[in-house]
Amino acid sequence: MEFIKPGINIDFLGQRKIAHLLSGALILLAILLLIFRGGPNYGVDFSGGILIQVRFNHSITPDDIRGALKSIALEDSIIQEFGEEGKFEYLIRVNRTDIELSGLSDKVKKSLDSMFGEANVEVRRVEMVGPKVGKDLREKALFAIFYALLFMVIYISGRFEYKWTMSIIMAASLAFGVYIISAIGMSIIWLIAVALLITIGLCWSLRLEYALGAIIALFHDVIITVGAFALTNREVTLTVIAALLTIVGYSLNDTIVVFDRIRENNRRSRGRNFAKVINQSINETLSRTLLTSATTLTVVASLFILGGGVIHDFAFALLVGILVGTYSSIYVASPVLLIWAGQSLEGGTASIKRRGKGS
Amino acid sequence: MSKKLHWQGLIVLTTIIVALIYLTPTISKTLPSWWPNILPEEKIHLGLDLKGGMHLVLEVQAQKAVESHLERMVEDIKYSLRKAKIRYQALKRSGSDRIGLTLIRVEDRKSVEEMLANNFSDIAVESGLFSESDLSLALVLSHKSQQHIKRMAVDQAVETITNRIDQFGVAEPDIRPQGRDRILVQLPGIKDPKRAIDIIGKTALLEFKLVDEDNSLEEALRGNIPPGDEILYQAKGVAGSQRKIPFLLKKRAVLTGEYLTDARVQIDSQYNEPYVSISFDSRGARLFEQITGANIKKRLAIVLDDVVNSAPVIQDRISGGRAQITGRFTMEEARDLAIVLRAGALPAPVKIIEERTVGPSLGRDSIDKGLKSMIIGGLIVILFMAFYYRFAGILADLALFLNIFFIAAGLALFGATLTLPGIAGVILIIGMAIDANVLIFERIREELRLGKTPRAAVDGGYSKALVTVLDANITTLIAALVLFQFGTGPVKGFAVTLSIGIVASLFTALFITRVIFDYLIIERGMKRISI
Repeated sequence: MEFIKPGINIDFLGQRKIAHLLSGALILLAILLLIFRGGPNYGVDFSGGILIQVRFNHSITPDDIRGALKSIALEDSIIQEFGEEGKFEYLIRVNRTDIELSGLSDKVKKSLDSMFGEANVEVRRVEMVGPKVGKDLREKALFAIFYALLFMVIYISGRFEYKWTMSIIMAASLAFGVYIISAIGMSIIWLIAVALLITIGLCWSLRLEYALGAIIALFHDVIITVGAFALTNREVTLTVIAALLTIVGYSLNDTIVVFDRIRENNRRSRGRNFAKVINQSINETLSRTLLTSATTLTVVASLFILGGGVIHDFAFALLVGILVGTYSSIYVASPVLLIWAGQSLEGGTASIKRRGKGS
Repeated sequence: MSKKLHWQGLIVLTTIIVALIYLTPTISKTLPSWWPNILPEEKIHLGLDLKGGMHLVLEVQAQKAVESHLERMVEDIKYSLRKAKIRYQALKRSGSDRIGLTLIRVEDRKSVEEMLANNFSDIAVESGLFSESDLSLALVLSHKSQQHIKRMAVDQAVETITNRIDQFGVAEPDIRPQGRDRILVQLPGIKDPKRAIDIIGKTALLEFKLVDEDNSLEEALRGNIPPGDEILYQAKGVAGSQRKIPFLLKKRAVLTGEYLTDARVQIDSQYNEPYVSISFDSRGARLFEQITGANIKKRLAIVLDDVVNSAPVIQDRISGGRAQITGRFTMEEARDLAIVLRAGALPAPVKIIEERTVGPSLGRDSIDKGLKSMIIGGLIVILFMAFYYRFAGILADLALFLNIFFIAAGLALFGATLTLPGIAGVILIIGMAIDANVLIFERIREELRLGKTPRAAVDGGYSKALVTVLDANITTLIAALVLFQFGTGPVKGFAVTLSIGIVASLFTALFITRVIFDYLIIERGMKRISI
């Protein structure tokens, strides 16, 4: 059985203008949303505070809960229905970190007990994160993102370009740049931004187009996923960060498959138009790309629909990330390879850079 | 059978058997009695988010331990100064790392320095700040010594909390230091989180202090607290209508809980109320006898964590080293107080800076929902593969089963913890493991289209796809390993299943399915590949 016929030849590169417009719009939307919302919507893990998941055995409105919390001056808490409909489950979120947090969940429970009766309220989950721990976790998550990026960049520039010396230079300049930044005491957010800029700059100046393509695609996927979180007003928690890093891995995975094929075809077809080679490679791997995405999306969708509230946001991140990742490996990563190809064609010098070593 | 295939088959079989052995303790209810002697008996651990329970991070206020060390030192130095016949105006702790000493004669500076050098190795007169003619000296505790006290405070707190939890009765608690001044406490399946927090977090510093009856309490309340005294309160009445009764006490504790050997709950026969009876060791008993003997008709306050519990009048010299702590305790409160007193005081107060509690019903729900989505998602993928790739698809499905089986065995082998994100990781692997097979199968199809024989097509398919399959998985593996390094609890669980899953899927897709293909083509002479 075949969904994608072997001889298929879709002009993906021809559609790249539309694709770039779409990607650009999505990224712009994501960034605007983030600015408008004042950054990602951090969960208790990162912002500190208390999250309490309660289940009632009869119907109740958020205002009823608010009324009960009035007695302990927490009526300004965020109250949200949670999980399946008709289960009367709610999340109570206290964002304030100026009050004493330990023992607070007990106070909340007591005030709910006295309002609704002890037998009718079940506290199912409490997450209390003090401001110090929140800051630590934020730092930890950012370091995880940073190191994941660092190792991926080293791997990509080494593996894609078969230039391990280059990747060592890259790692060294990254380490140096990061050292400078941390020495002048800039925050880790800037550290990541600068590391990304250094990487893109290095790829650009060293003409590592495969690495550049992969990194741009990866950045594209992550920022759009984060934007989707802002759009749907979801909270960024520790598990969501785990999902984001997985997306980074997955996005690269997809890109690598296409790039490997481009390199293989490029070796074989001396002198042929590079754009044609790219198009042919995308078409050849299209069946695999779509199949893998389909199976992965199927299981993740199943997790999203059936997995329950606790894992819902995690599944959502994967769902968006995999969709965007599949699209970007076709429409974003590959066209980047053409940046210098056009130049060298016009210049009439050596047709296209060719790499034959390795693999 | 060819020798190569023979060996490969053997490797596959051995791996499966080993995995089965590691999984048996988790699957079977009862193991044969000889099993633990020669084979692993480790089960797959469930994380707190699946089992239900409490995760706490405590911060030890270790600086307080340094301060109380300095307070004790003040007493020792006082004694040494008296012995060396050095007179002084004032001697007390100032700040968190020093003791202030004001002398009467400048000439004594030298002898103070000598005395310190001889008797106290870890404290020295701060040089430079004061001129030679100054009467005030600052005695600074060495940095090394401070660090040592702090480290000891954390270690001792871990030990004390472990003792308390053991007596409280929790199955498989996990208590360990984390970082410089933090303690991680994990209590699976705890029913009453508040009680556990009370027991863990109570400093339980028991002190006996004499009530200062020579000075006026009223005057002290107005702000003129006599030197060496302090005001502490006793809480009276039930919650809601509490009154606080002030007491003017001598700051120095005449006796502390460190001499305590036992604490148990007893019932007052008169009021039928529980109280805690404590007994001291011989040295504590002797001290107690001395104090009570010397202060008859005076009041002695029993102070627990800076709250006055009671302040009875000493009627007579008390020998035998017994005392009782009364109060309007419930049975449970009295029991918990006895536990914390028996386990000893924390060397410094602790503060809860992170708490995550998952009720057992939510954990159960998470397992059910996780498994349900895994089964349904998995079934769709399995059916699809069989439909799309026919026989080869069924091979891939077999590889998928083995993959999940290996992940489970890997969890048992490494003693790793299965968490809810961990289950999500397994689900994700179901989708991603198929990828390696798809890559290979698509290549084989391409080779077949070029008119190659089944054997050559399988050969070419596997060898061409190999690099790509490895590459594609390495990036995800990098992400998983970084997550493992930086992640906490549940996220770590995700990283573990993802990492094991990736390695397992490489093994099943690149090795096991290949062996089966080779067997069918070379040994069974299969002429046509159903793919």
